[in-house]
Amino acid sequence: MTQTYIARSARIAARQLGDEMMIMSAVDSKFFTLNPVAVTVWLAADGKTPLHEIVTGRVCQEFEVSPEEALRDAEAFVSDLSEHGILLVSDQPIATNAAGYVE
Amino acid sequence: MGQLIGEMSQKAIGYGVPINVHVDVTYRCNERCVHCYLDHDDHGEMTTDEIKHLLDELAAAGTFFLTFSGGEVFLRKDFLELVAYARKLLFNVKVKTNAVLIKEKQAQQLRELGVEQINISVYSHRAEVHDAITLVKGSWERTVRAIKFLKEQGLKVTIANVLMTHNADDYLGAKKLAEELGVGYQLDPTITPKMDGDRSLLALRASGDQLHKIFRDDEVVGNSVEFCAPPPAPDDDVLDGIPCSAGHSACYVSPYGDVYPCVQFPLPSGNVRQQRFLDIWQHSDQLNEVRSIRARDLTVCSGCSHVGTCTRCPGLAYMEGNMRGPSVADCEKSYQRTAIPSANMLRLQSLGVSGGLSVPLVQIRIPSMPAAQSGVSA
Repeated sequence: MTQTYIARSARIAARQLGDEMMIMSAVDSKFFTLNPVAVTVWLAADGKTPLHEIVTGRVCQEFEVSPEEALRDAEAFVSDLSEHGILLVSDQPIATNAAGYVE
Repeated sequence: MGQLIGEMSQKAIGYGVPINVHVDVTYRCNERCVHCYLDHDDHGEMTTDEIKHLLDELAAAGTFFLTFSGGEVFLRKDFLELVAYARKLLFNVKVKTNAVLIKEKQAQQLRELGVEQINISVYSHRAEVHDAITLVKGSWERTVRAIKFLKEQGLKVTIANVLMTHNADDYLGAKKLAEELGVGYQLDPTITPKMDGDRSLLALRASGDQLHKIFRDDEVVGNSVEFCAPPPAPDDDVLDGIPCSAGHSACYVSPYGDVYPCVQFPLPSGNVRQQRFLDIWQHSDQLNEVRSIRARDLTVCSGCSHVGTCTRCPGLAYMEGNMRGPSVADCEKSYQRTAIPSANMLRLQSLGVSGGLSVPLVQIRIPSMPAAQSGVSA
């Protein structure tokens, strides 16, 4: 089975506010807010953990949601952010800096 | 997007998070603008390490929007190092500069660092008018050249056009220059007293007649009929509202580490060299006093029909002697915008200190109408 790995770009501004996350792309200035489920995926996007493991190991443990629904939502979220270069997606592990971002 | 940012800013107020912080890294400057309120001598600026420590504290406190300004930021040799550090901490960084020291190399570095926006002071489309304000010959030429370098890098640039007696007739020319350069334009008629309390600079404020003309110029304000509409009657939501975000979700830190509610609100609230930023933010008596004020607490303005739409600046009011009082400059703007005198103007006139303004001795209260939309920074 092909794995999906995700990692956060360093070309962003980001800060958690309450249980949400504000993110602005430094490339196109697009502004996003992430809900608590998306924040969990975001914080786990270390380039090493496959997306389905993030979903089953983190999202489904922290929120009352089925693995199928959580994976579907996570894939849509990843697709949306990757279009703006905020999340990087690969079928191979992605190298990140010490802070966990891709320069 | 603006609405989403507005929603998050409201949430920040609710959480008590300083989402928006302005840090002046120096008061030194290579221009001597006639309207500048700063003392340009260095009285002991924070070191590189001190500012980096402050940035660590701001990130931990939840600050997202970070503005670096001065003085002229590029007079600090470590300025780009500070920007790089701020970007590593994932701040959304805006830089305010006169751009005189920005060449191709600095423009490229700012782009590589992912700076969100550069605001540049340009006073006129005419070099001689700009240079007469900065008191530096050739400054217009260098600033405009820098704007082109920044644009070539694809950076988002806005011309900040501060309006005063010297350039009051040049705002359309400056706006056209911004359009030709492909950058944003912001008109700001705010002139403040000097930091030492000297009010002589206020003589440079654009006249009432000049404001009246600008506020009716669709090119500047968009729809001038809406912009100049009479204010709707204030309701409980307005009276229970906060005057502005200063001290609620925004604050200012000087090059010496002093914390204030806003760059225009010189109420000393603590110093980051002596206390942790978060302790100042959460526990300063001064910031807590600012936070306690609601529109209904304002001594004169709470009874003014403009209270819901006025650009009243609590910092300017503070500099006039009372942070709960009116700001004469904003009374003037409300009056010139709507032709309805403010409660404070009527009060002053009844006391015989109207400053030469000729206004009727009645204040008209209008039933609820759509709020005026402002296209002018105030």
